[in-house]
Amino acid sequence: MFAYLLRRILYAIPILIGVNLLTFTLFFVVNTPDDMARLQLGAKHVTPEAIERWKVEHGYDKPLLLNREMQGSAQFTDTIFFKHSAAMFAFEFGKGDDGRDIGNEIATRMGPSLAIALPVFVIGLLVNVSFALLMVFFRATYLDLWGVVLCVVLMSISGLFYIIAGQYFIAKLWNLLPISGFADGIDAFKFVLLPVLVGVVSGIGSGARWYRTIFLEEIGKDYVRTARAKGLSEVRVLFRHVLKNGLIPILTGAVVVLPLLFMGSLITESFFGIPGLGSYTIDAIQAQDFSVVRAMVFLGAVLYIIGLILTDLSYAWADPRVRLQ
Amino acid sequence: MQPVILWTDALVFALVAAVAGLVLFIRRHEHLCAPWAGVAKRPMAMGAALVLAVFVVIGLLDSLHYRERLPDSPPDKPQYSVEVLSAFDALVGPLRTQQEKTYSAPLAMRLYAKEFVDHDGVAVREYPRLKYGGAHLESEADRRADLVRRVLLGGAQGLAIALLLLGALAAWQARCSRQSYGEWLVAFGTGGLGWPGRTVATTLALIAIMLAVVIQLASGYHVLGTDKVGQDVLYISLKSIRTGLVIGTLTTLVTLPLAIVLGIAAGYFRGWVDDVIQYVYTVLNSIPGVLLIAAAVLIVQVYIESNPELFDTAAARADIRLLALCIIMGVTSWTGLARLLRGESLKLRTLDYVEAARAFGVSHSRIIGRHIFPNVFHLVLIAIVLDFSGLVLAEAVLSYVGVGVDPGMYSWGNMINGARLELAREPVVWWQLGAAFAFMFTLVLAANLFADGVRDAFDPRVGGRR
Repeated sequence: MFAYLLRRILYAIPILIGVNLLTFTLFFVVNTPDDMARLQLGAKHVTPEAIERWKVEHGYDKPLLLNREMQGSAQFTDTIFFKHSAAMFAFEFGKGDDGRDIGNEIATRMGPSLAIALPVFVIGLLVNVSFALLMVFFRATYLDLWGVVLCVVLMSISGLFYIIAGQYFIAKLWNLLPISGFADGIDAFKFVLLPVLVGVVSGIGSGARWYRTIFLEEIGKDYVRTARAKGLSEVRVLFRHVLKNGLIPILTGAVVVLPLLFMGSLITESFFGIPGLGSYTIDAIQAQDFSVVRAMVFLGAVLYIIGLILTDLSYAWADPRVRLQ
Repeated sequence: MQPVILWTDALVFALVAAVAGLVLFIRRHEHLCAPWAGVAKRPMAMGAALVLAVFVVIGLLDSLHYRERLPDSPPDKPQYSVEVLSAFDALVGPLRTQQEKTYSAPLAMRLYAKEFVDHDGVAVREYPRLKYGGAHLESEADRRADLVRRVLLGGAQGLAIALLLLGALAAWQARCSRQSYGEWLVAFGTGGLGWPGRTVATTLALIAIMLAVVIQLASGYHVLGTDKVGQDVLYISLKSIRTGLVIGTLTTLVTLPLAIVLGIAAGYFRGWVDDVIQYVYTVLNSIPGVLLIAAAVLIVQVYIESNPELFDTAAARADIRLLALCIIMGVTSWTGLARLLRGESLKLRTLDYVEAARAFGVSHSRIIGRHIFPNVFHLVLIAIVLDFSGLVLAEAVLSYVGVGVDPGMYSWGNMINGARLELAREPVVWWQLGAAFAFMFTLVLAANLFADGVRDAFDPRVGGRR
């Protein structure tokens, strides 16, 4: 078990290096350090000296990947890639183009992101499972058929529509909740409500339909027939047997996204003006702030790998037949 | 007139040719026909397929591009307009050219914004009459009667066309099955055709009636209103169909070779090949998709800006960006299917007939081609149809983030993005958003329903349970 974990964590290192190399290449194909300096300095102050100074200050005055002037390992370490990317493994992200510390920014923005993403995840899971169970209970009737059709209709609607419609009807027309914004502490509640509602509703279609297939697969198994043969009522079969066994694939499948909840949702956060990591990322993309984007990519990759490891662990925990070695 | 073949046009028509070839191939092999016959038996799938066909026809018409000759250019040295038009533009003619000044509501006769209008020398501030919308009417009191007349006329025309089509279909079908005309109609009425005739007929009639009504109305009004610069929203929405279809199909075209080759190779060869491929897709999967797409789109943008001489028209520029978006989305989204194919190939390679083939010394490429690939093909097909709707929806989101299609291109994402803030106006400008969402919803819903039918017919696991 411990050896397995250690191996998985060690395996994460080459993946993270790959992720870094890929984003690094992508972004430096787009803009050279000279371009970045020009963008940051603005139109007025662009002189060759100013660009050089900016590059030295921000550590972009070195070769990209390979420094031929150095000897030995310094050939690789004295480069932009190494100086900027190696520090990430220690979670030192440096400063964004606006001069603020990225690590600090991430720490303060994680809270609001989580305040939206976690309720959406938990409530969404509950709602979807209940909806799916309802359909399974009435399986092969018109209720089930129309439930599935409703799911397909719901998942055919653009996510943007849910947000825009929610904001327009609930916030603007009926004045029930604020359109957007965020506050600290207990005041956050009323700002969080609408995004959470929208997030849950927009996920019902695909979620409930997916869980329905899982439950239906479970319901055809032998142990369910045995339970019925014992004379258990349909409700009891469904809740005591099918639900429990069906939850294993559902929960283990959900574990992989659990760490990624920290990253928040790009679209929801930018529509509702939540100062979370999602809106931070969008702003960085639009301002072409490479340091922030690189930090977010790294963070996302780390969280994804944690999610994968957690998934394996949860399989072993939920199903005694699975052994990790 | 000078035909223009954009990159995506060429690929779209290559795709059409490939699909036609595949259809011919399938028709010759009975065991490949069987699951498609299963799809044809499902009413929902067939209705959805009909709707999809309408979208596809519009999209294909819109892919035949040309440039018009400038009227005053010398005949021996013709010059062409920089504007790239399509066969669809030529077909709908006035819809494109009848521009108002700014917003106007659906079927309205007056502009959305007030202006100073000259009334016999006195300047009055009022909502001016539209240049084209309802311009054929003397007074606004006639509007209601005119609308009712057009709707009824259109409905009657649509119904007549639908009945005519149905009659032709009945004649053809009856001849094919050597039944009398009456016998076929009885079978049709009782649902004993072996395929969902009534659903198809109803859908056909609905589509025909709707098209006829819209055509009737569009000749006198802006059916879905006009946008900020006064362009007809119906026209924009119809033009956006091509963008949606191109993204949904060409992206899969990029995905397929990557997913099939890498997925099967990983599962079949195992060992270091498997390790390398798994490493590549874990790396790609760990990067948040939007960020990867954003980075790649920025690259393309910079490339286009620094090489303006390569593109002679704005359409060519927008087209390259659309193609790049498809390629990028394809490169980031092959991992799911590859993983599926890898798992399936891992299972297949241990089966007796594959081992036997290997014992006989059959080459790897032949084993993969004859034994592995045909047995995973249903997974590929299901993935194609399931991914399509997701990609159409993704375009809107990406355009919102600013890394989608070219801002000058007609697309539902751009429509939504442009109209999003207009909801704050009083009275609300809802028609542009509504039209974009409605068109997108129709396409995606039809695609989803069709995909369900295909999956149910092809997936052996789902089929067994029902």
